[in-house]
Amino acid sequence: MTAVVSTSTGLDDLGDVGDLAADLAPERGTPLPRSGASASPPAPTLTDARSIAPRTRRPVVPRGVRRLGGPLAVVTVWYLLCATGVLDERTMAPPGDVVTAARDLLRTGELQHHLLTSLGRVVQGLSLGILAGVSFATIAGLFRLGDDLLDSTLQMLRSVPTIGMLPLIMIWFGIGEEPKVLLVAVGTMFPIYINTLAAIRGVDAKLVEAGRTFGLSRLGLARRVILPGAVPGFLVGLRFALVGAWLILIFAEQINARSGLGFLLTLGRSTYRIDIILLALAIYGMLGFTADAIVRFLERTLLAWRRGFTGT
Amino acid sequence: MTVAAVTPTLGAGVAGAAVVVRGLHRAFDGRAVLAGVDLTIGPGEFVALLGRSGSGKSTLLRALGGLDGDFEGQALVPGRRSVVFQEPRLLPWARTLPNVTVGLSGEAARRGPAMLAEVGLTDHARAWPVTLSGGEAQRVALARALVREPELLLLDEPFGALDALTRIRMHALLQELCRRYRPAVLLVTHDVDEAILLADRVLVLSGGRIAFDEQVDVRAPRRRSDAAFAALRSRLLAELGVAEG
Repeated sequence: MTAVVSTSTGLDDLGDVGDLAADLAPERGTPLPRSGASASPPAPTLTDARSIAPRTRRPVVPRGVRRLGGPLAVVTVWYLLCATGVLDERTMAPPGDVVTAARDLLRTGELQHHLLTSLGRVVQGLSLGILAGVSFATIAGLFRLGDDLLDSTLQMLRSVPTIGMLPLIMIWFGIGEEPKVLLVAVGTMFPIYINTLAAIRGVDAKLVEAGRTFGLSRLGLARRVILPGAVPGFLVGLRFALVGAWLILIFAEQINARSGLGFLLTLGRSTYRIDIILLALAIYGMLGFTADAIVRFLERTLLAWRRGFTGT
Repeated sequence: MTVAAVTPTLGAGVAGAAVVVRGLHRAFDGRAVLAGVDLTIGPGEFVALLGRSGSGKSTLLRALGGLDGDFEGQALVPGRRSVVFQEPRLLPWARTLPNVTVGLSGEAARRGPAMLAEVGLTDHARAWPVTLSGGEAQRVALARALVREPELLLLDEPFGALDALTRIRMHALLQELCRRYRPAVLLVTHDVDEAILLADRVLVLSGGRIAFDEQVDVRAPRRRSDAAFAALRSRLLAELGVAEG
């Protein structure tokens, strides 16, 4: 083989080794490095093994602080646009006004009241939605009869926009707390149901078979194999549900409510208090951020097995 | 669905046998995979089942394990059976020890830690399956099977996915554990050497029937260099339709 490589001319005349030569052809043009070449590599030296690892620079500013940089920049630009008069003060309040509005509303206790009212509705509605969604998904996922009866019905109902049910729910339940909680429950049930059911269906049949072989009863299979396997899907559904819960609630609270963040928005609009509108929107942003943090915490604890985190 | 039904008509030969199978048939979409399998396995006997890919080895094992219905024929199998699959099939969301004792309670579940010690994984009792190596995971699967003190241990190519060195260690571990617990063993494998190394008796499944059935007469410790080993190896390879290189 080496003979073929070193023969730089007349490769085609070599007959039966021609194929071999063709395979090696790319090497023909590259000259062999000579030991006396001027660009000889530096002599290897022993270095700290850690220097071989891909370099991850420790940030000078902690990540948590850096993540605040974006929002801070937005507020700064907002302030500058208002201060320079680019934004009309009649249609846009500067950040300072929003802070003042927050302080005033906190002093009177109104902000806490509205925030807690909305939070209470979301927690109640979401709890009901989770309960219903998980129950239906479990029934449809574990029993064929449940699947036949439930799934088509729920899939059909799902395509009805939840907000569209508002007039009907108002007629049935009036303008108290029930219609708001119910609407949130209905709106959050579907993402939970769909994602949990899909996850139940996606549980590895081989694990179920193994579980059965090792003596798990139907209940044991559900408890030890199928439902734990559906947790990742449930959490995906929970994320969608959290976003949906606030969306639906704000809508419901703007139409028929005397309290809540949605009511605060309506109040701001009807009294032309742009600072209050902006305050309510900022609170939404913070609530969304908090909700996401909660789900991420749940993922870290419930899905520790995925990351190989021993927890000890 | 006749598997595991104790059939008194089997007559002589049933007494003192762990597994008795008579005229077992199984067809997939009209294509017969098992066409009248007769098989007897004695208590504590280690039987290796060889066969070409698609010959129905795993189908037979699944029949004996009660993993599949739709069989015709008669079978007598012990009540306590365990399976080790090719892939460990551990529950990813359960730590190692709960995986071993899954489905058990009381006294049987309390044997878990001791069993985990026997496969050398005491330190990993609280580890998540995802952190285990392939060999470790399969040792957990072996512990999960043996903690049930099975009278029949069904092994479906349990070492097929392991690297060569790990496989050698697993062979030794399996031999030791089988010596201690004495279950009847049916090892499905495509590895002729593995079959000769481990088994008391080697079968070849071909054409839906047991086409070859012979005791392994190779002195322990069995070595590939042994003449008897090589001779049996040649015959088995010929039976499997592979010309020796």
